[in-house]
Amino acid sequence: MDQSLVGRAFPPTAPYAVTEDNVRAFAEATGASYDGGPAPATFPIVLAFGAMNAFLEAEQLDLYRIVHGEQRFAYERPVVPGDVLTATLSVASLRQIAGNDIIGTTSQITDADGALVCSTSATLVHRGPES
Amino acid sequence: MSLQPRTYTVTRADLVAYAEASGDHNPIHQDDEVARSVGLPGVIAHGMYTMALAARAVADWFPGAEVVSLGCKFTAPVVVPVEGGIDVEVAGEAKDPVDGLTTIALTVTCEGQKVLGMPKAVVRAR
Repeated sequence: MDQSLVGRAFPPTAPYAVTEDNVRAFAEATGASYDGGPAPATFPIVLAFGAMNAFLEAEQLDLYRIVHGEQRFAYERPVVPGDVLTATLSVASLRQIAGNDIIGTTSQITDADGALVCSTSATLVHRGPES
Repeated sequence: MSLQPRTYTVTRADLVAYAEASGDHNPIHQDDEVARSVGLPGVIAHGMYTMALAARAVADWFPGAEVVSLGCKFTAPVVVPVEGGIDVEVAGEAKDPVDGLTTIALTVTCEGQKVLGMPKAVVRAR
């Protein structure tokens, strides 16, 4: 991977319609219950993960070599069913440590009006073949 | 203020359900062979699964409170056995509110070892 990636923004993900059913499935997978209302705080990862997958495909990186190093969310407002969201990923930093690529990404999650809902940052550790 | 710690059990079936619900189908969360091929001890929980448990504890402690920010590093894997499950404990210390915002310093452990680095949530208490 080369440094020219740093600062690059990838195309926004296809609009994703948040439904009560997919919020409930997400909550219940972690043992929580869901009776409507705002989605769990980590739900925006669904959007950020979609953007990350598109990035990995574009860069021909294998998902199974990726380990999550760090994740941050800053919320403008909670995600609620009825939202139609997209995520736009940018590469913020790139360094190599011990044969691994450490990729810093940010994803802006916006609603159908283009308003920012949540900004997320993720550090992805791409394990090299020798690690 | 110390918050009452919560203990949650994670099973392989939970990881399958989470993969479906989140879209994260990384095989290191399902397949021991793949996990070992990249130097992991075996199938590990999604880091985001563990972070979701931390968020779940925050939601339990502050029902209905809006989360303003949430973040952590993933410092050690939560290795999930084929049979049964593994317990993850979430403890928290809430600071005094400032401008309506409460910062919660979390401690998330598995078998006595911290698995998240500096996990922190900020909530707007109602």
